[in-house]
Amino acid sequence: MLEIRDLTVEASGRIILDSVKLTVRDGEKVLLLGPNGSGKSSLMQTIMGNPSYKILSGSIMFNGRDITGLSPEERARIGIGLIFQIPPKVKGVRLMDLIERIAKMRGIDLDEIRRKAEELRISHLLERDLNVGFSGGEMKKAELLIMLSQRPKLALIDEIDSGVDVESMEHVGSSLNGILSSDTSAIVVTHTGYISKYINADIAYVMLNGRIVCSGDPNSILDNIRREGFEACMSCKRAI
Amino acid sequence: MQKSYLMSILDKKAPYGIDIDVKKFIPAEALKLDEERLKEIGIDPDYSGPGTYYQVDSSVVKRASNVSGLKVTSFEELNDPELSWKLISPDQDKYTAAAALYGKGGYVVVVDEGVKVEKPVQTCLFMSAPGSLQAPHNIIIAKDNSEVSVFTGCTIMKEVVGLHVGITEFYVGRNARVNFLMIHSWNPDAHVRPRTAAIVEEGGQFVYHYVNISPVSSLQTYPKVRLVGRNARAHLSSVIVGKGNSNVDVGSEVSLEAPGTRAEIISRNVAMDRSTIFARARIIARAEGRGHTECMGLMLSEEANIVTIPELESSVKEAELTHEAAVGKLKEEEIYYLTSKGIERRDAISMLVRGFMRVDVELPPVLRKQVEFATAMAAGL
Repeated sequence: MLEIRDLTVEASGRIILDSVKLTVRDGEKVLLLGPNGSGKSSLMQTIMGNPSYKILSGSIMFNGRDITGLSPEERARIGIGLIFQIPPKVKGVRLMDLIERIAKMRGIDLDEIRRKAEELRISHLLERDLNVGFSGGEMKKAELLIMLSQRPKLALIDEIDSGVDVESMEHVGSSLNGILSSDTSAIVVTHTGYISKYINADIAYVMLNGRIVCSGDPNSILDNIRREGFEACMSCKRAI
Repeated sequence: MQKSYLMSILDKKAPYGIDIDVKKFIPAEALKLDEERLKEIGIDPDYSGPGTYYQVDSSVVKRASNVSGLKVTSFEELNDPELSWKLISPDQDKYTAAAALYGKGGYVVVVDEGVKVEKPVQTCLFMSAPGSLQAPHNIIIAKDNSEVSVFTGCTIMKEVVGLHVGITEFYVGRNARVNFLMIHSWNPDAHVRPRTAAIVEEGGQFVYHYVNISPVSSLQTYPKVRLVGRNARAHLSSVIVGKGNSNVDVGSEVSLEAPGTRAEIISRNVAMDRSTIFARARIIARAEGRGHTECMGLMLSEEANIVTIPELESSVKEAELTHEAAVGKLKEEEIYYLTSKGIERRDAISMLVRGFMRVDVELPPVLRKQVEFATAMAAGL
């Protein structure tokens, strides 16, 4: 599904991803762990095609096609979707305006989206300006709802568990579970690991200083991090 | 006023807007009504609401009112000097002088005391004769405790040169309410100089929303509202899209002349291509009242210009006047966000432009739909 080959990326004049290699198979659910500032979000943004991230070398292959030069909208169209860690506040564009457009392109029933909005307890946000005045949890739920209308083949989920209270986490977790059907691939980024219990991850990777330094069984890596923190990863000599 | 005196004013440059030689334009009888052009601005040629008025060039082609307590007629039929040129003086500038000398037609809407007209009255001023002057005199009278909504669309045939000077006087009685929506769609050869004034009595409300959606050679207007009765309110908003080489100068003025009056002036100005937009707003406090202006400009071109000129003037200690103004461009971060969800870049920009133009207007839902339609057209959606 996704193959990242030796990706080195610069943003604001600084190297933020350094020779990153990562493969995600069809239907595979990947947990991407790492401390704040390790490059996880930058990797998600680069896969999505954010123009602020300049690819210096390497490539991104999606279903056998080199998408390194594709625009974000083209990437979205071929099945890549991203839940932003911090989506921008967009004045004047209502959540429903965006969902209606996406659902129309994808041929998705709006009533189904409205039902999902109810499940997520965000029906009242549909007619509000995107993310304007939304709480942290509401922003994540709105992002989820948008992704539900996208139905991506590869879901990039960036820190959906930060800024969400315990009760909301249940709704978020179960909706996320609904998105991540067996044939959907996903990279789920987390630095807390809270979301991991809702995802049946196949593999976990650890990112430090713009590099993927370790991979393995999600539960054992999470246990290690919970016990010893990311500091232990920094001193760990293992690498892929 | 004497004809010779008004004739002498025709050569004097007006204080705002680029100077137009009004003598080059002459009134013409109706040439052609292009219904497709009307539909482009949301005017329904088959509308069967409470009242309608259609004028093509200088000819009144249709007028009707079918609700008791509502009269929709033409200026000539009203023929009441007591109700015309009271709020606007014929010698105000060369354009009012031209209208007083050569103007023809104009809609008159009179709502009787206590009558609340549910659906909007629809009026339309259409220009088709090349080189013509269209100068209708419109009068809207909402008597005490009445309510009326008026949707008016003004447009012109493509590639026709013309000068439009619409004189509009509003009389909003005690506790009456007038909702007025005006949508303009001109062409790159048209010159437009509407002259508008309103007077609002005690407890009256005047809501005025203006959308300009297409290129124009030059457009200048500066509606003036006087809130003369206690607790009278005015809300004026405008959405201006400067396209092509348009030179647009749009302002609004409200004077607070009685205690408890409130005014709000909001404008959204989008400058594209090589357009120039002047956005003016002035609130004058002559009594204890509150006023706020908000002038926002969005630059979509390196070759365009926006000038915002908010003015607050007070001669009353207790009056509260505020203003807010900003000019900027679209945020790349927001464009990227929408494109990352699969929206084409061009559509993402249109969505953001439309979002910028969205103003909370206290208009009835049916008129808000018209506003949405017009702003979508203006944003190129």
